[in-house]
Amino acid sequence: MMMRGLGRGLGFWIGAAVFIALAFAMALTIRNEYAFFAGFVVLQFIVLATAWNILGGYAGYVNFGTSAFFGVGVYTAVFLLKAVAAPLWIQIGVAALVGAALGLGVGLLTLRLRGIFFSIATVAITIIAETLITNWKFVGGATGVQLLRPPVTSPFDSYNKMLFVLAAVMVVIAVALARHVQNSGIGRGLRAIRDDEIAAECSGVPTLNLKLVACALSGALMCAAGAPSAMYLQFADPVSAFNLNYSVSALAMSLIGGTSHWIGPVLGAILLATTQQLLTVTISSEINVLVLGVMLVLFVVVAPEGIIGLARKVWRLVRRGAP
Amino acid sequence: MFSWELLLDAIVLGTMVGCFYAAVSIGLSISFGLLDVPNVAHPALLVLASYGAWLLGDFDIDPILAGLLLMPVFFVLGIALYRTYHETFEKRGSDAGVRGLAFFFGIAFIIEVGIIMAFGVDQRTVQAFYIGKSIEIFDIRIPMRMVVAFAMALLLSLALTFYLSKTFLGRAIRAVAQDEGALRLMGADPVAIKQWAFGIATAVVALAGALLIIVQPVEPTLDRAYIGRTFCVVVMAGLGSMSGTLLAGVILGVAETVVLTMFGASWAPAISFTLLLIVLGVRPQGLFGR
Repeated sequence: MMMRGLGRGLGFWIGAAVFIALAFAMALTIRNEYAFFAGFVVLQFIVLATAWNILGGYAGYVNFGTSAFFGVGVYTAVFLLKAVAAPLWIQIGVAALVGAALGLGVGLLTLRLRGIFFSIATVAITIIAETLITNWKFVGGATGVQLLRPPVTSPFDSYNKMLFVLAAVMVVIAVALARHVQNSGIGRGLRAIRDDEIAAECSGVPTLNLKLVACALSGALMCAAGAPSAMYLQFADPVSAFNLNYSVSALAMSLIGGTSHWIGPVLGAILLATTQQLLTVTISSEINVLVLGVMLVLFVVVAPEGIIGLARKVWRLVRRGAP
Repeated sequence: MFSWELLLDAIVLGTMVGCFYAAVSIGLSISFGLLDVPNVAHPALLVLASYGAWLLGDFDIDPILAGLLLMPVFFVLGIALYRTYHETFEKRGSDAGVRGLAFFFGIAFIIEVGIIMAFGVDQRTVQAFYIGKSIEIFDIRIPMRMVVAFAMALLLSLALTFYLSKTFLGRAIRAVAQDEGALRLMGADPVAIKQWAFGIATAVVALAGALLIIVQPVEPTLDRAYIGRTFCVVVMAGLGSMSGTLLAGVILGVAETVVLTMFGASWAPAISFTLLLIVLGVRPQGLFGR
């Protein structure tokens, strides 16, 4: 049992190393700029969906406020850039800290609420944060702010490629964290909360503390995912930074992939974000949001366990059919 | 620059706006407040109804009449929505929370994007003889459109209060909200009653949507602003309280109008959400909570 757990852990880390090496190799060899421009978005959504799943999937608290954390991440980066011209990695690091603090604060304020009240409260946080930024002249206010990229450092020959590799590293960090949460006592506690919060509380599960940990972790990852987005677009404005599309995407990707395992949001994000990138380029950006909505509704109605659930069903059928 | 006159203006106008907010929230007060359905698609349905009224406006149909004409359509739509929700989530029982919410969130998104794809992102308005004029009461200029919306809102709230307390079906709806199991023991079918109630709630949204396009120009993403307003009103009122809805609407309306006059329009979107958070933090059962 011990050995098997170790072997699995080793497999995960080897996979992660191969993934980063691949991203790095791609950045050094592939010439097509657009591949990295689109690839960055896909990786960013993997981080967002994974982060959403820590609170939404394991604990069953539906967070509609992904865009709040994302936007705060974007504007943390903008602020640091304008105030002290901080380098990118500091922007991301500080954004993660701000995200954790915000997650803790939001959690303390709203996690005593259950179900829909928590969800609506997270929408409220989004709009309030957006309004504050809109009225803050230093970071550009309602009209937004133009940003200048610093020169790119070797071995990369373009900024987009560097961002792409950076996003790949963030994906590994996010997934490793989610995997750790899932397999540790925190994950068991969160699942107990999802199944029956009162029963969990009565059995001595420290529900509020666990939820706060999940909220802070999830917030830190979402904010960190938002931070490089300022440099990626070289522009930031409140309406797009706090766009509700981020909330619905993160939620839909997790639910469509399956929320019970860390691989679910990853699969969902790859599938949906890639489809979205293709649709945005080929048809229009409206249709990609429509596809997202339709897929979300279809999956929650027809396949409530997501892609993971479907895969498990198929696996069971195959095994039953084999002997 | 502070002036008492401006403040008084804001309070009078805010009261009227508030009654209008009550009218757009009252459907949610039934579907979410009484029936416990996490209907986050309510504001999207509201905007959809506004677009319906706008379409009918092309045939020279008065927006309020258009709202009335849309009511049966929305009644059927509501029943279809509730049936889907019940069959897929309430019946299965477990996990209805997460997936039910995601379901309505998805529906809201589909409606929003559907409107964008069909009619574009431009603002839409309607024409009627009472739009564009204004009347003066005690030196306060009030737009005629607000007066019409105010009157209709009051009428709608009173009618629903009467329906829920005096008629047989209305009382059945309140009974289902109080104790579903007991109703089943009495030999009544709670699902049929909830379905009927959800239909009524959605039909009321049709009329409220017509009021919305009378009061302000409508665009596809307007529902986002109304998530805050409608849920703020319903939660502040205390779930399912009709008279509370009217009072909560007025509180929100006055707060918004006062902030708008004092600090400017850019702060307005946050008012309803801030109020909502305060209510959730301080008095989660609302003003008239059970």
